[in-house]
Amino acid sequence: MIAHAIFFYTFSIIAVVSAIMVTASKNTVHSVFFLILDFISISCLFIMIGAEFLGMIMLIVYVGAVAVLFLFVVMMLNVAQQKNQWFAGQATSKHIPVGLIISTLIFFEIIIVIGGWKYKPEIFDINNSLANISVSNTHALGQILYTDYIHVFQISGMILLVAMVGAIVLTFRQRSGLKRQSYIKQISRERTEGVEVLEVQSNKGVKIDD
Amino acid sequence: MIDIGLGHYLTLGAVIFSIGVIGIFLNRKNIIVILMSIELILLAVNVNLVAFSIYLGDLAGQVFTLFILTVAAAEAAIGLAIIVVYFRNSGTIRVEEIDKLKG
Repeated sequence: MIAHAIFFYTFSIIAVVSAIMVTASKNTVHSVFFLILDFISISCLFIMIGAEFLGMIMLIVYVGAVAVLFLFVVMMLNVAQQKNQWFAGQATSKHIPVGLIISTLIFFEIIIVIGGWKYKPEIFDINNSLANISVSNTHALGQILYTDYIHVFQISGMILLVAMVGAIVLTFRQRSGLKRQSYIKQISRERTEGVEVLEVQSNKGVKIDD
Repeated sequence: MIDIGLGHYLTLGAVIFSIGVIGIFLNRKNIIVILMSIELILLAVNVNLVAFSIYLGDLAGQVFTLFILTVAAAEAAIGLAIIVVYFRNSGTIRVEEIDKLKG
């Protein structure tokens, strides 16, 4: 129990501090690295409380794909040196108190909901996808993901497909002056337009490409 | 304090959510940081779902966390593609200067 508490506080403090640094850091590349640190510590928390599969998936999807995508875009657009100071200009400082007030309001609303929340005893009877203790987390998740939630699972696959097609269509551009292979032209060549038989006269040679 | 329960995880989720909201409001320079704040908010929602799922013994929360992960990845890909196209067309992604829609 004490180890649980120590690990929880360590990882959650790292997560909160790096979340603050994501928004407060002046360099965008540093923000991306703090985002990666945040994802890693949250996935450590997931693994710690027993959701191992989701922790590993967080590592793969977020750290391996999304964060690297962010890093790639930041590097490609060369916006790393655009300083994002909050308190720089006088003209833009009006929104700061509004933002702080709204986010503290949201925070305290969530805290009030948590504080007044109690288990309903019937809730243990009505849930139908109870965790199977005898198998591992991944096994149990697969057992209900591919049976009860199969349609939602396939719809999420469609969402990924649409996102992929959308991203490619958005960033694709036809560049001029680019040499491309034309299959139709290649396979429709005839002997008559490719080969020419010449009568070579002696001491004159053959003049090609004229 | 020592006995870690559901409330601790929910509080962590609330703190990260609020930090994400602060990041969206306070950032006026760089739209990529706003996208990262949205990722933080989705992460906080995932923390809440997983905590409830573990403490209620119901795996449905973890299944929906998977779907939120899917949607977050798709959203990041599309958002970054839009940012790349906008940067290519107008040469800037500073939030103050993105005013083509006269908002």
